[in-house]
Amino acid sequence: MKKIILILSVLGLLIVIAFGTLSQREADPTHLMKLKEEYSRKYTPPVDHSRFAVLKQKFDSPQDVTKACVTCHNTTPHQVMNGNHWNWEREEFVSGRGIIYLGKKNAINNFCIGTTGNEKSCAKCHIGYGMDATDRVYIDSTNIDCLICHDNTETYAKAPEKAGNPDMTLDLNHIAASVGRTKRSNCGVCHFYGGGGNNVKHGDLESAMFEPTTDLDIHMGTDGPNLQCSACHTTRLHNISGKLYSLSSMNISRAFCEDCHTSTPHEDDILNEHTIKVACQSCHIPEYAKENATKMYWDWSTAGRLKDGEPYHEEDSLGNHTYISIKGSFKWERNVKPDYVWFNGTASHYLQGDIIKDPSQITVLNQLHGSYADYDSKIVPVKIHVAKQPYDPVNKILIKPKLYSDRKGEGAFWMDFDWQAAAKIGMRDAGLPFSGKIEFIETAMYWPVNHQVAKKEKSVDCIECHTTENSRLAGLNDFYLPGRDRSEFVDTTGLILIILTLIGIALHASVRIAVHVKNRKRGN
Amino acid sequence: MEKKQVYIYRSFERFWHWMQSILIFFLAFTGFEIHGTYSFFGFREAVRYHNIAAYIFIGLIVFAIFWHLTTGEYKQYIPTFENIKAQLNYYIFGIFRNAPHPTKKTVLSKLNPLQKLTYFGLKILVIPLSVTSGLLYMFYRYPTKRGIEAININTLETIAVFHTIAALLLVVFIIAHLYLITTGHSVTSNLRAMLTGYEELEGDDEPAPAPAENKNEEKSK
Ligand code: HEM
Repeated sequence: MKKIILILSVLGLLIVIAFGTLSQREADPTHLMKLKEEYSRKYTPPVDHSRFAVLKQKFDSPQDVTKACVTCHNTTPHQVMNGNHWNWEREEFVSGRGIIYLGKKNAINNFCIGTTGNEKSCAKCHIGYGMDATDRVYIDSTNIDCLICHDNTETYAKAPEKAGNPDMTLDLNHIAASVGRTKRSNCGVCHFYGGGGNNVKHGDLESAMFEPTTDLDIHMGTDGPNLQCSACHTTRLHNISGKLYSLSSMNISRAFCEDCHTSTPHEDDILNEHTIKVACQSCHIPEYAKENATKMYWDWSTAGRLKDGEPYHEEDSLGNHTYISIKGSFKWERNVKPDYVWFNGTASHYLQGDIIKDPSQITVLNQLHGSYADYDSKIVPVKIHVAKQPYDPVNKILIKPKLYSDRKGEGAFWMDFDWQAAAKIGMRDAGLPFSGKIEFIETAMYWPVNHQVAKKEKSVDCIECHTTENSRLAGLNDFYLPGRDRSEFVDTTGLILIILTLIGIALHASVRIAVHVKNRKRGN
Repeated sequence: MEKKQVYIYRSFERFWHWMQSILIFFLAFTGFEIHGTYSFFGFREAVRYHNIAAYIFIGLIVFAIFWHLTTGEYKQYIPTFENIKAQLNYYIFGIFRNAPHPTKKTVLSKLNPLQKLTYFGLKILVIPLSVTSGLLYMFYRYPTKRGIEAININTLETIAVFHTIAALLLVVFIIAHLYLITTGHSVTSNLRAMLTGYEELEGDDEPAPAPAENKNEEKSK
């Protein structure tokens, strides 16, 4: 009897423990549902712009539209003119370097390199009108292009190479009458085409994101929540949250998944623990460039080849340029598995004029900071874009060439295909020295991947990182990762010990059997 | 010499032994999948099962410690260096000549000196190493800002390596143990004893044993 009670109580306890562990604690099951409900509510604008007389006047210039907007929105210019979309630069503090002013205005990247001297063309993606090489545009509030962000007709567009001005044949009255909150189409016209073509830069932001499916992006999918960019990039007084570290440095004004989803969104505790060191994006964006390819490699050194004196281009099977005379050779990839780095939200940058000591090493233009040991670091997915770009071996600095002009003979590379002239004029415009020597060196940029979040069933599986073979985290070696890492010494010693034991047993057993057989024979 | 059926392993002991063997086998199986040696359940499930089995294992250990202390059975495991050589000699030579076991197995002393030493090592070193490193592995937290810096464990590596060492030692033990149970009076007598509780032992001065639960307790006092 006692025995039975003892066994039963032990079994009972084990069952209780097993149940407790097996049935995982429920995270708030309605959190996601609440989000879905909140973000599916339809927004009704408080006013109807089509009824305002001031928007019915005849607009002779785009600036007239801005003036009309400001008659009501009279504090808005101040807000806009303090933002980086307007100023093309931010004030940033970089430790070890101090305060820097960095933005599209003065940056050197490894795509089209720099805007200096090329403003007329680059200004197609400035939220203003009348951009030129001077800073005059920045002080005149009537140059603010309200429509590029607030047009809801999807007909407004800036004309190419017109310093940011629209095509004047557009029906500006119709457009002004239907302005509203920004939509994907507003942000996308610039941000999907960065680097001079669809999906060249980001890899996770491209024209397919205008109307994506939930397979492409679970948040913006039109068959799902259909979120607009501003749903996550929350904005107060024209101050937009979220930014990319190609140009920014400080850990402020970021947009996080956790802002909506909390830092413990999983039902499984072990997954929730991962969020301490792994950014959501690392598991939930298994691949980027899911629809159209993105540029992975750009070789400027081959640019300038002509056929019969004319520039030409070549395409790969998907229709992506593999060579253009004005830009050089490219490598494109689709469905790319991200690379992974530690990142604590701060970065430092190559600024124009910075000396490159060792050009044989690949130069990182935007170094993301972080390590396992750093409390604030998490593993984030990145696209690494590598390029070969012009470099002055005497001054040891990267060259900003003049690329664009609407005329031949001004030294613009895209017209004259002369590196010497383009470098000379470009460096003069940028206020940098130029020795007359040009080499091409390799540079890399790290672009954190934040969009094209997959459905949860498609998230990265545990074994894709926790494995010795082709772990996604194979490149991050400053910590012990279960399943990927081991002590070779312990494993080998253990294996030898096991083999020796087995050999010992085999020997012992065979002697025993032999003796037994012999004895039996003798016995018989 | 007269042979008698002796009740040598009581029911809790047998339950404990078999639970423990299942759990250690299962922990090793899931553990080495986590380790990356092979894949069977899938990493995620292996971790889940390993954690569940680990909790049950700890529960079992708590019961076993309680039982050993209250019954005084722990004394069985206190190692003695007497007769170790004789026991080794037996395994290396005597066993082939059908020599008798050098130490007598009795209810009061059911472990031979080598067993005592090995099991003592397991209980004092290997299993505690496995459990503590396992628990640290489980509750290891990446350094966090809010924690006390001095007690932050900054790497999982040491924990994991010790856990792996313990696991490998247990695997070696299991293999050797599985073979050595065939070295009883007959190939299966040890196994049968652990299943039924009874083993045919060489008669000694003890009265005919009865399967009474309290009997051994009285004696061990
Ligand atoms: C109470 C006892 C135990 C606890 C609490 C425990 C806990 C753990 C935990 C938390 C892990 C890491 C799983 C992960 O990656 O999240 C682990 C791994 C492992 N366990 Fe255990 N375990 C225990 C007993 C055992 C036993 C008895 C064995 C083998 C006989 C074993 C073999 C392993 C192995 C080989 C690994 C992989 C180690 C590595 O590659 O880093 N464990 N254990």
